[in-house]
Amino acid sequence: MNHPMGRYLLKRLAWTILVILIVTFVTFVIFYVLPSGDPALRFAGKQPTPQILAQVRADLGLDHNVVVQYLLYLKRLVLGDTYGWPGLGYSYSSGAAIAPQLWQRALVTIQLILGGAILWLAIGIPVGVMSAVKARSRFDRISLVTGLVCMSTPVFWLGLLLLWLFWSTLGWLPGTGYVAFTTSPLNWAAHMVLPWITLALLFAAIYARVIRSNMIDTLGADYIRTARAKGLTERRVIGVHALRASLVPVITLLAIDIGTLIGGTVITETVFNLQGLGSWILQGALNQDLPVTLAVTIVVTVVVTLLSLIADIVYAYLDPRVRYK
Amino acid sequence: MSTPLLEIRGLSVRFRTPDGVVCAVDQLSCVVERGQTLGVVGESGSGKSVTFLAALQLLPPGAAEIEGQILLNGENLLTRAPAQMQAVRGARIGMIFQDPMSALHPLMRVGDQIAEIVRTHAGASRAKAHARAVAALRSVGIPNPDTRARQYPHELSGGMRQRVIIAMAIVLEPELIIADEPTTALDTTVEAQILELIDELKVRRGIGVVLVSHSLATISSVADTVIVMYAGRVVEYGTASDIFSDPTHPYTQGLLSSIPTIDHGRGHLVPIPGSPPSLIDLPAGCSFAPRCVARIEMCTTERPTLTARTPTHVDACLVPPSARRITPASVPAGTGDQ
Repeated sequence: MNHPMGRYLLKRLAWTILVILIVTFVTFVIFYVLPSGDPALRFAGKQPTPQILAQVRADLGLDHNVVVQYLLYLKRLVLGDTYGWPGLGYSYSSGAAIAPQLWQRALVTIQLILGGAILWLAIGIPVGVMSAVKARSRFDRISLVTGLVCMSTPVFWLGLLLLWLFWSTLGWLPGTGYVAFTTSPLNWAAHMVLPWITLALLFAAIYARVIRSNMIDTLGADYIRTARAKGLTERRVIGVHALRASLVPVITLLAIDIGTLIGGTVITETVFNLQGLGSWILQGALNQDLPVTLAVTIVVTVVVTLLSLIADIVYAYLDPRVRYK
Repeated sequence: MSTPLLEIRGLSVRFRTPDGVVCAVDQLSCVVERGQTLGVVGESGSGKSVTFLAALQLLPPGAAEIEGQILLNGENLLTRAPAQMQAVRGARIGMIFQDPMSALHPLMRVGDQIAEIVRTHAGASRAKAHARAVAALRSVGIPNPDTRARQYPHELSGGMRQRVIIAMAIVLEPELIIADEPTTALDTTVEAQILELIDELKVRRGIGVVLVSHSLATISSVADTVIVMYAGRVVEYGTASDIFSDPTHPYTQGLLSSIPTIDHGRGHLVPIPGSPPSLIDLPAGCSFAPRCVARIEMCTTERPTLTARTPTHVDACLVPPSARRITPASVPAGTGDQ
């Protein structure tokens, strides 16, 4: 059992590295193919002479051709640069080193996503199960309509509405921005709760629908009839036998959603003024700041591939019919 | 006379559907004694499975209207509240289902699936329940029960899985086992083994068995008494020797002549023409009349009631007994619309 598992993991890690290579290369090429402004212009000050521009280009490594630049980037990535490992360089627009900012911002985004995910599972699973067990009931219909409202509400509007209500009108919450947990746990939670809700409502609605439909399928299965014929309590039939089978496909969904959100919480981060990865990659793209864009792209790629690996392992653990191949 | 183990009195089960009321079971009565097997035969939709799902309150709640009495040791199960019924299912009545491929939870170890019955009903500890699960697996003839208990259903063959389901049904030593088409999904050789196992459990433990099947051949080897059902009604009910050596209802006679046997040689199978009626609009008279070769005029207007032929043998047929016996020759060529 250990041996095939180890080989499987190695194979998956090799794939992860290949995917990172492809994704960074594509990002690089797009950056140079796009009719973007020359980054050197930004560093060279106002009305630079051609000599100064050439000097800046050489300093930034922009005088090589695209492929050589890419290889140099990879070399620094693997071996590290003056700012440490991995060598991600410094921002074209601010001149600040990428790596320290990257960890800081990743931490904020991860807190945002994990808190949100816990919240949307805590809402989505019970609502989905109840809707399935009492399908077509009043509860089911109300949850369907509420879910549709949650799914179709624009995130920026919902965020602003929550801020208007709980911050400026009721004054219950301290407003936007990020406070580290280590500074003040209470203040941290007060700043995170609205972003969590904003992020979670859409997903809670989607998960409730998915779990409802999985659950309805499962409840019609022969082995659920067997469980009832064994004289198990209804609580156990639904809460253990049916729920377990219904949640397995959700693992994959969860991995994909969390992975997508790593670089995709742009709106929530912007509305709540959280300095995370989503708002950063947006700035990077708007400022033609290649090192920032690349750094976030790499993080997103690593997280997405690792999450899908974890999802596969958890899946194989939960469903013994799936084995590592 | 002592109370029978299971007695069903005047059971009717109706479902309301958008197309009308489906009368799945109509006025069914029967008895199962301890240490005996009741065989229940009928085509798909004849109400044989519904009868016993109703007995265990396993029909979808609210969907079915159930009338009559189902007495287990004299106690009417239909008056039990759903929560009280849980104490009966799995503990006093074990159920064996048709398709062992889908009747086991695919994500749980088979040992755990058996052990949870013991834990739920007997409140046993985890270790004790596991030990009883392993013992149950051993008693149904599964080799290496310790290893098997830790495996998942997909790691077992079909026959093995059916043995696991039987182990589930008997782990708490119930008084009654209801086996709903237990061998339909299995190979013929495995079918014989499973039937033998159920029969052996019946003899060894003195439990009552209800064996539901669409095949008279399956039932013939193990049943002590037999019910033949057609379109939700009992058409013939008697001891196994009554039914197999002296079948009196044309439907039973038809079923028996449509069983392939080796001594008949080729070309002697006699199918029953037509197919069973819709249970929504049953014909006014005998439900079987449209397909019956012995049909007389009265059959299409009057509904037959169960009438005793001998003290142990009843049937529901209006045709005079002497005119009923069908032989291959009495079936006109080209009869039927199949």
